[in-house]
Amino acid sequence: MTDVFPPDTVRCDACPVLCYIKRGHAGACDRYANIEGQLVRVDPHILLDRAKSLGTPLVPFLEREGDWDGKIMKGQDTFVTAIGAGTTYPDYKPAPFIVSSEVEGVDMVTVVTEGIFSYCGVKLKIDTDRHLGPERNLVRAQGEPVGHVTTAEYGSQMLSLGGVHHLTGGTKSEGRVTCETLLDLCNGKEVELTIDEGAGVRVAAGKPPVVNGQREERMRVGCGSATIGMFAKQWFGKVDDVVVVDDHITGVLSEHQAGKLLGVRETGIAIQGRRSTPGRYFQVAEPGTGWGGTNVSDPLAILKPFKTKFAWPHLRLLMVSTTGEQYAYYELDEELRPVEKELPEALKESVARIRENCEPALTTVLFMGGAGGSLRAGVTENPVRLTESVKRKLTRVTCGGAPAYTWPGGGITFMVDVGRMPENAFGYVPTPALVAPIEFTLKKEDYAVLGGHVDYVRPLAAVLEEKERRRQLASLPQNPWPLKPYAGGGES
Amino acid sequence: MRGPEVIRMLPDSRRLHLHDGPIDLIVEASGPKTYVVAAYVAAARRFVSILDELCSELPLLRAQVRKNSRRPRGAIAQRMFAAVEPYAEQCFITPMAAVAGAVAETVLELMTATAPLDRAYVNDGGDIAVHLAPGQRYRIGMVERPECPSLFGALELSADEGARGIATSGWRGRSFSLGIADAVTVLAETAAIADAAATVIANAVNLVDHPAITRVPACEISPDSDLGDLLVTRDVATLSGSEIATALEAGVRVAEALRERGLIHSAALYLQGHTRITASACESICLDVSKRSLLDA
Repeated sequence: MTDVFPPDTVRCDACPVLCYIKRGHAGACDRYANIEGQLVRVDPHILLDRAKSLGTPLVPFLEREGDWDGKIMKGQDTFVTAIGAGTTYPDYKPAPFIVSSEVEGVDMVTVVTEGIFSYCGVKLKIDTDRHLGPERNLVRAQGEPVGHVTTAEYGSQMLSLGGVHHLTGGTKSEGRVTCETLLDLCNGKEVELTIDEGAGVRVAAGKPPVVNGQREERMRVGCGSATIGMFAKQWFGKVDDVVVVDDHITGVLSEHQAGKLLGVRETGIAIQGRRSTPGRYFQVAEPGTGWGGTNVSDPLAILKPFKTKFAWPHLRLLMVSTTGEQYAYYELDEELRPVEKELPEALKESVARIRENCEPALTTVLFMGGAGGSLRAGVTENPVRLTESVKRKLTRVTCGGAPAYTWPGGGITFMVDVGRMPENAFGYVPTPALVAPIEFTLKKEDYAVLGGHVDYVRPLAAVLEEKERRRQLASLPQNPWPLKPYAGGGES
Repeated sequence: MRGPEVIRMLPDSRRLHLHDGPIDLIVEASGPKTYVVAAYVAAARRFVSILDELCSELPLLRAQVRKNSRRPRGAIAQRMFAAVEPYAEQCFITPMAAVAGAVAETVLELMTATAPLDRAYVNDGGDIAVHLAPGQRYRIGMVERPECPSLFGALELSADEGARGIATSGWRGRSFSLGIADAVTVLAETAAIADAAATVIANAVNLVDHPAITRVPACEISPDSDLGDLLVTRDVATLSGSEIATALEAGVRVAEALRERGLIHSAALYLQGHTRITASACESICLDVSKRSLLDA
C-alpha cells in the first residue's frame, strides 16, 4: 500500500486482514470501527435477558417472528449492559446510555458506559502446588514483562499482571504485549506465560492450567500433614507408615498426632528437611514441578536410611503426593532398604480417595480496574459524589451484568470475575488500554441527588427500540440480577 | 491484536458457529451423530487456518483479474480465481467477489470427505455451500434486506438437480455493489461460482446516471477496498415502476447470458418490491411464501 490516507484513518489489527478504516466507518468484519479516530469495537450491544436465564447461554438476537414477544420491552427483566455501548469523549458528555426502568415499584437508573482503563490489571489464581517461580519475579509474555509472581496461597499460585507500569511505563512493545495478554485473559483466551527462574504456564480463565507442558488436573485436598490427619484411619492396619510428600508440609503417619492416637507403631523412618512438629516436615526438597510441588521425581530422595533400632524387614511404606496423582509402595528388605512393589489393592482406595477429594484445578481471572474521574464524569457532573454513593452502597457497580467487588478506600476500584461476564466482553484501544463495560445502577431519586445527567435518562423501552447492533443474552444464573433494588452489599 | 476465533455450537445444539475476523460461518450437518461430530471437528480444524491462508496473498486477491493475471497459490484462493476468471474479459472483477462462496465450499468439501452425511450446508454470511445425499432436499428462504428478515421468495434444492451453491449479492449487503439491486440470489454448481455470478448480476441491475442513486468511490469508504475508486451504491431513493423494470431487465439479460454459458442454474433478482426470475423449467422457485419461515438455511 503506497496510498496516503487521511490522518484519522486507523489500521485495524484485530485480524490479519488489517483493514484501513476511515473515520466513521467500520472494517470488513463490521465489528471494529473508527470512531473519532480511535479503533473501537462495535459488536452488537449486549442486553441481558432475565426471562430466558434458564435456557441457553447465548441467543443472538434477530427480530423475527416468534423471537420477540414484545413483553420484555416493558419489563424489569432486561438489563442493558455496557458491552458494546461505546464511550464518550470529551469527558463531560453524559455516558452513552442512561437507562431508567421500574423494578418492583422502584424507579431505577442504570448508567451504562464502556470504560477505557489504562490503569488496570488482572489477578490470576492458578490452582497448582507446583512451584511457578520465586515471589516478585517477572512474569513474561512473548518475552516482555507483563507482571510478577505475588504469593502462594492455599493450593494456588497468585500472579499479578498488568497495571499502569507495564501498560504505559515500559517500552512500546511491553505495553502492547501487556494489553494483548490482559485482553486475551479477560476474554477467556489461552495465554502463554513464562516466569523468570521458574516455570512456563498456559492459562485461560475457567480452564485447568498447564505447567511446563503438564496439565493440572486436581487441586490438593490439604497440605501433607492435613492429608495424614484426614486419611490416617483408612490407612491404619493396612500399611505400617505413610509419607505424604508436600513442598510445604510433608506429613509422616507414624510420627503424626493422628497416627499416635491410633497407636501406629514407630517405624524408624527418617525424613530430609526441617522438622516442625512431630510428623510435620518443612523443606524436604527444593520447590519444583515434581511430587507435591517439590522438585522430587523419586520420592525416596527425601528419605534418609531407616533407623535400625525401630525398623524391621518387610515394613510396608506408602508414599503419596498431596493430590494422589503420584504414589509408590515399598517394602523393606532384610537390610532395611525400601524396595518398590505393586500397590496393594487395600491401599488403592485410599489413594483414589485423596484424588477424588481434590477439586478440579482451574485458573481464575479477576479483572481489576479503577474508574477514573473522567469515567465518573460521564455519570454525574460531580464525580466524587458517585464514589460516595458507591461507598454508601446506594449505587451498585456491575461489569457486563456481573457483580463487581468494590475496594474500600478512595476511588472506585473494582474487581470482577471475568468468568461471570458474557464472552468477549472486553476490547482495547491502541493507547494501550483495555475497554471494559461498567454499569452503575441506583434509584432514580438518588441519581438526581448526586448530580446525575437526569436530562439524558431514557426509558428502557426507548433503548430497546434502537434495533441496530444489539444482542440479547441470557443472564448467567449464578449472578444476582443487577437491577434488583437492594439494601446493601457491594458484592452480593 | 488478533481477536480470538470463535468455534462453538449454537444454543440449538445442532449448528456449529465458526468465526474469525470477517469470516462468519454457520454449519449444519445431518446424519448419524458420530458422522456429524466428525464432520464438525474436521470443519473446525480446517477453519482456523483459513484467514491466515487468505491474508497471506491478500494483495493479489484484491487485484483485478485480467486475461493473463497471475494465479494465486492457496487452495481457496484458486477456487476464488477460477470462479471469477470467466468474467475477466467482460468486466472489472477481483477474486474477492467469490471469497465467501469459496470458503463455504472448502469447509463443506472437507466435511463430506470426512463422513458420509445425509445433508449439510455451510453458510458464509448468506453464501451457502450445500451437500445433498441422493433423495435429500433443502428448502431455502430468500431475504432481500438482511436487517429485517422477511422472505421475498423460497426455493427448493433437491439432490437430483446439480446446484450445490447459493449466493446473494446486493448493495444493502456487507460487500459493496456497483448496482442497485436489493438482492440477487443465484443457484449454481458451487458456492464460489454462485458468489461470483451474484456479484456480476447485482452489478448489472442498474440505471445509468440516475439522480435517485447515491454513489461514492469505494476507497472513500474503505481505503483498501478491492474496488478502488469505482463508484459503489450507497443509497437508492424510490424509483418509478418503469425505472425498476428497466434496471431489473438489464440484470436479467446478464443472468440469462450466464445461464446460457452454463455458469449458473437460476437467479432471482429483487429491487424495491419487484422480482424477476431466471430459471430453467425443472427448478422451482416460488414467490408465494407470505408467512413461511426460514426452514433451513
